[in-house]
Amino acid sequence: MAEFSLPKNSRISEGKTWPKPASAARITTFRIYRWNPDDGKNPVIDTYYVDRDDCGPMVLDALLWIKNNVDPTLTLRRSCREGICGSCSMNINGANTLACTIGIDECVDKGVVRIYPLPHMPVVKDLVPDLTTFYAQHAAIEPYLKTVTPAPEKEWRQSPEDRQKLDGLYECILCACCSTSCPSYWWNGSRYMGPAALLQAYRWLIDSRDEDTGARLDKLEDPFRLYRCHTIMNCANVCPKHLNPAKAIAEIKKMMVVRQV
Amino acid sequence: MAEVQAKSPARRLEDIRPLSPHLQIYRWTWTMAMSVFHRMTGMALYAGTVLIVGWLLALAAGPGPYECARWLMTSIIGKLVLIAYTWALFHHLLGGVRHFIWDTGAGFERDARMALAKFTLVGSIVLTIAFWVIVALVR
Repeated sequence: MAEFSLPKNSRISEGKTWPKPASAARITTFRIYRWNPDDGKNPVIDTYYVDRDDCGPMVLDALLWIKNNVDPTLTLRRSCREGICGSCSMNINGANTLACTIGIDECVDKGVVRIYPLPHMPVVKDLVPDLTTFYAQHAAIEPYLKTVTPAPEKEWRQSPEDRQKLDGLYECILCACCSTSCPSYWWNGSRYMGPAALLQAYRWLIDSRDEDTGARLDKLEDPFRLYRCHTIMNCANVCPKHLNPAKAIAEIKKMMVVRQV
Repeated sequence: MAEVQAKSPARRLEDIRPLSPHLQIYRWTWTMAMSVFHRMTGMALYAGTVLIVGWLLALAAGPGPYECARWLMTSIIGKLVLIAYTWALFHHLLGGVRHFIWDTGAGFERDARMALAKFTLVGSIVLTIAFWVIVALVR
């Protein structure tokens, strides 16, 4: 049975309000989830005020501005700042996305930006979730070419039409926005593979060069691994790369039916 | 060289890590809300089926018990329950149609999936009103 409320050690209370920057004309309020593994306390929400005239346009710019100017202990993952590494995924004003590709003005709600780690995940510190299970699920779908015929002298060839079938699938950056937006994944995240892993599973299922389709489908044919998808569609709503995991999962379900008739 | 000693933590980090908030903070979307409605109306249909069985039992038990059941169902509360039951039935029916469309692999684009989700709510309300208007007219 799904546990809808937060466990005792995860309940959130009001944290510190940090000072407003002096002589700032344009200020945006940031309410940010904080949890420190070293102080033994529950998570809190800290309030920061960001001087918008001294800060770049993206949410990631604001987080780094806070880290540089207000509170160096604020902890988050980030790397490329252009939406290709998938590190800075978090929950911003109620939807998962990348902090680097969403503008502050795009998501600000009545002057406030609320930031939490990706939902329903164990928190390592502040905005950093533990993605161990998520990565293990990606590994479990065996995201690489599997063949039985002897390797050709040069490369495995593929027609442009077959190559086109991989568009909208191969671009996934494994940011985990989709999987952690999915209520099915929240309630059954250790047994349901989640949209990200299933999108990658489909990417190899329809690859014309792959020769392991039957075994791949066998491994997914399970009430939890595949069929916990109830088309809630949060995955497709939030994907920062505008991919559609829900549709990929529907295509896998279709393949399951087609191979039986 | 300084000796490095590993401190053994009193409890494993995995045990003390908090769970990040989910339902508490997630912004509702149409598709998410209609998925929840589909579950809830599905459960309501179980209760509605029990009502029908109760009505059939009363019918089989004779004129006295049947009159009692009829009185219950035509009271204000009884009528409200019946209206809610027909709405749950229509909503679950249209939700089934929506899932059927998605099972074919169609209707997954942003506008289409949002329209389908709204269609189940609007459609079920329209059908419920139409149903009870017809009932009122033929009575």
